[in-house]
Amino acid sequence: MEKRREKRTVRGIITSNKKIAENLFLMTIKEKWLVTKSKAGQFVNVKVAENSTDPLLRIPLGIHQIKKEGISLLYKVVGRGTKILSSKQAKGSIDVLGPLGTPFDISNTDKNTMVIVISGGHGLAPLFALSEELRRKKHHVEFFMGARTGEHLVRDKELKKIGVIVHKVTDDGSCGFKGCVTDAVEKVLAAQGKKYAKKQIFACGPLPMIKAVAAIAAREKIPAQVTRDEYMACGIGACRGCAVRTKEGIKLACTDGPVFDAAILEW
Amino acid sequence: MKIDMRIKIAGITFDNPVWTASGTFGYGQEFEGLVDLNKVGAIVAKTVTLNARDGNPAPRVVETPSGMLNSIGLENKGIDYFKKTGLSFMKKFRTKAIASIAGSTEEEFIKCAEIMSKDETPDAIEVNLSCPNVHHSAGKYKLFAQDPELIERLVGEIKKVSKVPVIVKLTPNVTDITETAKAAEEGGADAVSLVNTYLGMAVDAETMKPLLGNVVGGLSGPAIKPIALRAVREVYKSISIPIIGIGGIMSGLDVAEFMLCGARAVQVGTANFVDPSGIENIIKEFEEYLERKNIKNAEDIIGKLKV
Repeated sequence: MEKRREKRTVRGIITSNKKIAENLFLMTIKEKWLVTKSKAGQFVNVKVAENSTDPLLRIPLGIHQIKKEGISLLYKVVGRGTKILSSKQAKGSIDVLGPLGTPFDISNTDKNTMVIVISGGHGLAPLFALSEELRRKKHHVEFFMGARTGEHLVRDKELKKIGVIVHKVTDDGSCGFKGCVTDAVEKVLAAQGKKYAKKQIFACGPLPMIKAVAAIAAREKIPAQVTRDEYMACGIGACRGCAVRTKEGIKLACTDGPVFDAAILEW
Repeated sequence: MKIDMRIKIAGITFDNPVWTASGTFGYGQEFEGLVDLNKVGAIVAKTVTLNARDGNPAPRVVETPSGMLNSIGLENKGIDYFKKTGLSFMKKFRTKAIASIAGSTEEEFIKCAEIMSKDETPDAIEVNLSCPNVHHSAGKYKLFAQDPELIERLVGEIKKVSKVPVIVKLTPNVTDITETAKAAEEGGADAVSLVNTYLGMAVDAETMKPLLGNVVGGLSGPAIKPIALRAVREVYKSISIPIIGIGGIMSGLDVAEFMLCGARAVQVGTANFVDPSGIENIIKEFEEYLERKNIKNAEDIIGKLKV
């Protein structure tokens, strides 16, 4: 059973909403309660249209940063809802339900752990907050950032600034390693893996990438926490839309997840 | 002016006519801290079946214009789990606790009604004859709620074993919903609730694939309100047992609209997904509407549509 966590609908003030790459936006929201409750790996459900029934449902977005005054969200414009979200102006307000879901568990990592963080596309959203948290504890973080092209690689400089080792990977080779992000992980693991007695993987990205990460983790016997992104209506466990098949039975991406132990997932 | 929001159905007095719809509110636990559960007229629990069900493949929900499609497929952990956890939780509140049951055979429905009547009982049961995502194998209809003869017979059997009032939830996926409503009344139902979701689908032209794992699903939300209102009014003119109106209720005025068309109570469904704390506001808005209209008792507007 998932732990019941405190959640609320709150009204935040949008302090900025900027395009940072093709179809990728970064929104910062000033709202103090969310700051005190949010943890890396959790998400919020934002309302894009108020006093309107179309779009109807909220949009679930991973928490990208947890700062002093508020949180930030990194999102990709994929449909009508996110398109409307991207047009919102600074100083406007936004209705946010959260924080939702179960966060990453970093209780088993320490300064001697090789922490391998793997993102695919805008899957880097929650991994940024995680990296910040790990770096505050001075942990060794190797971030494998996968994107279509070099132009779609974002936030790498900010990660480097806080001491994260960033491995850039692009589909077309326009920046960094060419190929799948998981190929780059395998290469680095083969070269440097033996230096670390303890390793831990955290990953967020499209399902094929998550599957490949789970396969590497199983083969190399590295514990892995991966996220599952499924269509959901409510985000709080009521609609049961975001079902995930696991060795422990049906679980929900919204409350049991989005972070799961890769070893229990069924595909 | 003090408004009397209470309504009576099958001898039970409900604090107000605004209930939660089955499958949209879990067993109430998910909403603790978001909604004052004592303020809701009744909680209708997610449907349970005799044995646990995993439900349908993902994706199970998809948004559509002013609505959503779902094909959950009655995922639940079985009736025993519900009685031990969900029902005992729901019974802690002054809000009325209504259990929802379904089965893939008539025997399973009857067995569920029997189990609900043992030990700790809900205040009433809603018989979900109409989940569009589960096919009932026998007979010429896909759903029990499409077969008037079967409805009358099965409701009669359930009434024999149930110690609590029986509400029959009807599908709008029929040619004439008044026929199935009459069959429920003939079978001895204490009330009918309508409508369950409308069968529908969503397609992604780019991938040329359906958007639901189950291909088809049930449509809910404001998009269906006009057709649900019409169904409630038609049924109100045809039967004399209470009607619980369901279909896209998002506001207090929506509650009034359903009651004017003949509903004695209503159920709020999809709105719980959009605004998990919103049902309290819907209740407040409905009370304000009555006050503005100088109507002292909520029951006084039932069926008072001026035509």
